[in-house]
Amino acid sequence: MAGPLLQLSDVHASYGPVHALRGVNITVNEGEIVTLIGANGAGKSTLLMTICGNPKPTQGQILFQDKSLVGIPPHLIATQGIAQVPEGRRIFPRMTVLENLQLGATLADPAHFAEDLATCYGLFPILEKRQAQRAGTLSGGEQQMLAISRALMSRPRMLLLDEPSLGLAPLIIRQIFQVIEQLNRERGMTILLVEQNAYHALKLAHRAYVLASGEVVLTGSGRELLANEQVRAAYLEGGAH
Amino acid sequence: MAAPASTSIPVAHRLRDAGIAGLVAMALAVPFLGLRTVNLDQGLVVQANLAYVPLAGAVVFLGRLVLGLLAAPLAKAVAPLAAWRPPAAAQRLRAWGGPLLVLAAVALPFLPFANRYVIDLGTTALIYILLATGLNITVGLAGLLDLGFAAFYAIGAYTCALTTTQLHWGFWPALVAGGLASSLFAVLLSLPILRLRGDYLAIVTLGFGEITRIVILNWQGLTGGPNGVSGIARPTLFGLTFDRRAPAGGHTFSEVTGIAYAPEHRLIFLYLVILALTALAAYTVARLRRLPIGRAWEALREDEIACRSLGINPTMVKVSAYASGALMGGLAGCFFAARQGFVSPESFGFMESATILAIVVLGGMGSQAGVIIAALFIVVLPELARGFADYRMLAFGLAMILIMIWKPGGLLSGRLPTIRLSNAKPKSVAEAA
Repeated sequence: MAGPLLQLSDVHASYGPVHALRGVNITVNEGEIVTLIGANGAGKSTLLMTICGNPKPTQGQILFQDKSLVGIPPHLIATQGIAQVPEGRRIFPRMTVLENLQLGATLADPAHFAEDLATCYGLFPILEKRQAQRAGTLSGGEQQMLAISRALMSRPRMLLLDEPSLGLAPLIIRQIFQVIEQLNRERGMTILLVEQNAYHALKLAHRAYVLASGEVVLTGSGRELLANEQVRAAYLEGGAH
Repeated sequence: MAAPASTSIPVAHRLRDAGIAGLVAMALAVPFLGLRTVNLDQGLVVQANLAYVPLAGAVVFLGRLVLGLLAAPLAKAVAPLAAWRPPAAAQRLRAWGGPLLVLAAVALPFLPFANRYVIDLGTTALIYILLATGLNITVGLAGLLDLGFAAFYAIGAYTCALTTTQLHWGFWPALVAGGLASSLFAVLLSLPILRLRGDYLAIVTLGFGEITRIVILNWQGLTGGPNGVSGIARPTLFGLTFDRRAPAGGHTFSEVTGIAYAPEHRLIFLYLVILALTALAAYTVARLRRLPIGRAWEALREDEIACRSLGINPTMVKVSAYASGALMGGLAGCFFAARQGFVSPESFGFMESATILAIVVLGGMGSQAGVIIAALFIVVLPELARGFADYRMLAFGLAMILIMIWKPGGLLSGRLPTIRLSNAKPKSVAEAA
């Protein structure tokens, strides 16, 4: 595999008085699926948001394709080739599915639109059927599919996914994770995945980091962590479907 | 699906409910109606007149009882109204709606019943449609509440007034200047409020509206303060005026065309100009909605964080929404000034901002057709209710409440998608049902 696409070294970040990240070191190589797991409040979402420029890191360096992301305003992060699927999906509820996808392609070359749209509809055929429907009327799973597709419409080098399984039925979660794997396998998409659903995430990921209180406490391949006693006790008991 | 059988509430329960309402009314009536201050020689004296108290109780008791008994049949009668959808044929008409409406509006001044009053009313309605079309960009599309829109209206009107009276510009350059000045102020205003949302945004825009009015009121040297500015230039048609006698070196419309002079000509001309301007504005907004900037406005209304993650710069989107809305507000203001020939700060109070906002909300946020219907409703209804004189605001309020009950999303709450692929089969209403 190629060298690091994204590299975080000694990143600190705060939310007001809360010191949410305390010197995080993470590397994501080209073509990898890397997952971050950890309890509520461990700093997983903060880490993703720090990569995206809000909050700004108070210390440390974030390199993407050997270029520093620190200080780039949040709305320009996407221009670097990083697409985010934010926590809670955040689709545009009163606009149609198609309009949502069109907004996803804001930064993309309009010449690619039809092709990229076909790709998304290929990944999630249900979206094609729903394309004229208001996005807010979709089910939770369909909204998540839309959020992922919308992010893909910008032709990113890397996809950041924040809790894609949140609030979804087990069957839908399985489908979402299958697509994530497919994206990686067939299209070589580099993915950084934040998950509470540790079992699914670890099964999928090439490598994983366990975050606790804003620090990386454990790292290894997905398989290793899945077998790790500590991880099993803390994050997996009762979590497997 | 069968409608659930309406559960009938026993009459005894209704009586008790009405009785309680009556008692509450009597308790309230003691201070409100029973005690009265009378100005006698020895000063203000409180006089008790408790005869009104049981009367108030009785009126409320009966009213509540009748309302309670009528509620169920009334709701049943109204239900089909709320569920009413235009038939498929009417939906096909939609594409032709805009041009047809414009044609009808063009024909209006030439119809037999069109007198000065009708044309004037039409002009007022069009000014409000233009104002609301502007505010609709800010509030309806971009989702940025603005309680001080009258400020942009005022800035447009005063720019027009001052450039024509002080600098002796003609109406047309003044119109452009009014729109641009308004837009420029909107850009300046939007910079400090970029980070505000919801209530805070409402308060700051409300403040901006009032500040603008107060500055105009107090800047005697420039604006004439409460006396206003008079002698504002009237619009001309390629240099032709609509006066009875031509100004030095100019010509009048009647001289050149050979049509006998009539004072209505100017009114009709004004009406047609504002009609053209409003139609152009409505068309522009419809086009903008399909362009990236328009989509970004709507996306910003839906979710600012998601916008940012997709590479849309919220700052630019907000500033452009305020500026475009204010541009139309400024044009409307300019037009208002030229029609009246006189402007004063009174015309741009909070009531004006509230009325324009009411048009946008009532019409269904973001809907151009809704704005037109609501503006006609808000301008024409009080005129129709002139016979009631003192009660017309009451009738107006009642009409607003009824609309909000039946159509809480506004008269036309449906949103038209901005893109449709050729292979996407639009579902017909019958199919969806």
